[in-house]
Amino acid sequence: MNPDFIYKVLPLYKDAAVLTLQVGFIGIFLSVLIGLVCSLIRYYKVPFLTGAVAVYIEISRNTPLIIQLFFFYYGLPKIGFKMNAFVCGAVGLGFLGGSYMAEAFRSGLEAIAKVQIESACSLGLSGLQTMRYIIFPQAFALSFPAFMANVIFLLKETSVFSAISLMDLMFTAKDLIGIYSKTAESLFLLVVFYLIILLPVSLLGSYVERRLGRHGFGS
Amino acid sequence: MDLGLEVLFKGRNLIRLLGGLGMALKISLIAVLISIPLGILMGSFMTVKNRVVTLILRFYLEFIRIMPQLVLLFLVFFGTTRAFGLNVSGEAASIFVFALWGTAEMGDLVRGALQGIAAHQYESAYALGMTKAQTYFYIVFPQTVRRLIPLSINLITRMIKTTSLIVMIGVVEVLKVAQQIIEANRTASPNAAFGVYLFVLLMYFAACFPISRLAGYLEKKWR
Repeated sequence: MNPDFIYKVLPLYKDAAVLTLQVGFIGIFLSVLIGLVCSLIRYYKVPFLTGAVAVYIEISRNTPLIIQLFFFYYGLPKIGFKMNAFVCGAVGLGFLGGSYMAEAFRSGLEAIAKVQIESACSLGLSGLQTMRYIIFPQAFALSFPAFMANVIFLLKETSVFSAISLMDLMFTAKDLIGIYSKTAESLFLLVVFYLIILLPVSLLGSYVERRLGRHGFGS
Repeated sequence: MDLGLEVLFKGRNLIRLLGGLGMALKISLIAVLISIPLGILMGSFMTVKNRVVTLILRFYLEFIRIMPQLVLLFLVFFGTTRAFGLNVSGEAASIFVFALWGTAEMGDLVRGALQGIAAHQYESAYALGMTKAQTYFYIVFPQTVRRLIPLSINLITRMIKTTSLIVMIGVVEVLKVAQQIIEANRTASPNAAFGVYLFVLLMYFAACFPISRLAGYLEKKWR
């Protein structure tokens, strides 16, 4: 281990981590949006769209992100959809995460007993009000552990962005190994930076899960 | 519009792509076959009442879990060369990493299944006069297996999806073959990238979809 080298390349890793986080957050935001829309479509059984959503979920869940990214980044431009690597990374993560989020939200929505909805109805709440005040708050608490698990999963998946030549942490590490052949230092920093990104989220996830469990939300 | 699909039917391209997928499937199969017995062992050890053992296994599990699989691949592929002067092939490195990862995941599944067996099941078995071995063999084991089979089938699809990463450490698999085909046909069919990558996507889908369906079916049936 060479401390001078580590000190020298630290800024490179910092930039890469910031880029990873930016793409990651936009991608996760997109997946929450897609997931919410898809789970609501399936919950309300919207005609035609339900089938389309089911097909999307199966394709997205049964293919690896790296292949999806290759298709989006190298395949789609041939039929006229051009995206730069940054946008493509976020869209790819959104495409993958959308289905995982949809499943998480759906299991929450479906766990709400029918009698609650009937009670809301008999109290004179509209469909929208029932969703806003009765279903959503409970479903949210129920699906939160799965949601956190998905966030961690998606943050981990950001490591494949280097496949579409986004200058992320993996790209930086591989580059430095290639240029300086300082393997130990490069890999050490790679692990440290991923721990910095993932450990707090993971700890937050298990903390929230414990709290939700203790207070018996929705149980 | 030219979708570049004709490239697939030229020469041996289709067979080469399938061969690439075969490589990925082979690595995931070997890794799964290693992880299942090791995972069962690890999961059983995680339930013992020895703090040192459980702490070490817990640390192993959490480290493997929190690191992206690609980072683990890099650590083994580039790290072993540096640390031991070994020149590990990409294939060997990926089998090692995926077995390591699969063992951790499988171990956690086994631990969950074992701890999910209620205490009264043991107590009732002892009350009926069963020995410890009989209790495990007739009561605990059958229930654990029922819970574990769907979950381990799911692990196979995750493994197949994860093996697509091995292209990043230079193993020749589907994506590499796809790149070669696209490159070779650049002038004849400039849109090959669309058709070929679409086909690769569908190939992975065709490999994973039936397996995850089977897992879902068994999970419902054996609940």
